[in-house]
Amino acid sequence: MLDITPAEWTAILLSLRVAVIATLVATPFGIALAWLLARKDFWGKSVLDALVHLPLVLPPVVTGYLLLLTFGRRGLVGAFLADYLGVVFAFRWTGAALACGVMSFPLLVRPMRLSIEAIDRRLEQAAETLGAAPWKVFFTVTLPLALPGVLAGMMLGFAKAIGEFGATITFVSNIPGETQTISSAIYSLIQTPDGDAAAGRLVIVSLVLALGALIVAEWFARRATARLHGN
Amino acid sequence: MLRVDVEKQLGEFTLAASFSSEGRVTGLFGASGAGKSSLVNMIAGLLRPDRGTIVIDGETVDDTAAGIHVPTWRRRIGYVFQDARLFPHLNVAQNLDYGRRMNNLAPDPAQHRRVIDLLDIGALLDRRPGKLSGGERQRVALGRALLSRPRLLLLDEPLGALDEGRKLEILPYLVRLRDEANVPMVYVSHDAAELRQLATQIVMLKQGRVTSFGGVKVLT
Repeated sequence: MLDITPAEWTAILLSLRVAVIATLVATPFGIALAWLLARKDFWGKSVLDALVHLPLVLPPVVTGYLLLLTFGRRGLVGAFLADYLGVVFAFRWTGAALACGVMSFPLLVRPMRLSIEAIDRRLEQAAETLGAAPWKVFFTVTLPLALPGVLAGMMLGFAKAIGEFGATITFVSNIPGETQTISSAIYSLIQTPDGDAAAGRLVIVSLVLALGALIVAEWFARRATARLHGN
Repeated sequence: MLRVDVEKQLGEFTLAASFSSEGRVTGLFGASGAGKSSLVNMIAGLLRPDRGTIVIDGETVDDTAAGIHVPTWRRRIGYVFQDARLFPHLNVAQNLDYGRRMNNLAPDPAQHRRVIDLLDIGALLDRRPGKLSGGERQRVALGRALLSRPRLLLLDEPLGALDEGRKLEILPYLVRLRDEANVPMVYVSHDAAELRQLATQIVMLKQGRVTSFGGVKVLT
């Protein structure tokens, strides 16, 4: 049906790898931040909240450029990571994952935060009276009850990550086999004469992936509600 | 033994209560708004007194002058809330076992069996809290608190959310608990009849103050 060429497969698999890694690495940070924003009051909370949402409203090219300045080979953090840990982001697929992770972070955090906010805090109090230390309360009550929201956030973040374009191409360029994701492949193809058919195939693939992730995210969100009602 | 001498400002309301009780069931009696729940929450460590001391079973868990405030989870208390507060993601058996797991206690099948029999909840073990009636929920909450092996059991209007029929269904279990479970209890209620059946000592609260203290006779 869809006659996908090896070059297109490369872009699809790279996109999947980038989005999966970005989502998995962003998730623990997302949970921690969601919990902080849902449960704690501290100085600078609104600034942190705004910072998390910034990639949503900033032009992606600006985010990509800021990433390049920070995590590029000569960037403040990038130089340090390259010299001491041997981790390089610039023009590597890892950089694409970083860009996707940052761009999808607001979408990943939001359902997590909402599901933590929806948990009845009196259940956490009950856990404490039964002898659970705060970190145990988090892992045995808060997190399990928030799990569907956490998974929904991951799916939404994944859907966003797989389609990310602007920040990725600015930060790590468009190198086939290394940083050329579905989006940048489509971009290249529609600039090329006779690229339309190939672009069309990739468009269909990205539609299917995004739609699938959204449907799964929605399903998890509904599970979250059922779980909170103890059925 | 329980010794309480605390002050707490809650908005316009001042709670200043002092009593000590050796009784098996200390009844905290008063109208709603008298400060009963706040007092129990302070004993549980969920609320911190502005000034004063709380001693449970010889251990000082609060002493504002000495800067002592033992967190709730280290107080080894059991708390039965008006709204059972069972964990919705766990079934009844897992709810019952929660306190034992959190306190890293060795399993005690005999005690487990005894509590389940005492409360008649053996048939509910596989169910989720969402599928229980109000009375069943409250019995499971009692069992869950008991099985964490507390040295003091706090019950804050445990029948308050139930209708009359259900109350009569639970009361005998509470009487059995008092006579067989061997855990001192603080029982909060605004219902004198309930306390007459259960309590061995009464602390009467009015507008944040202890107005009388003694046997159930004070409930007249």
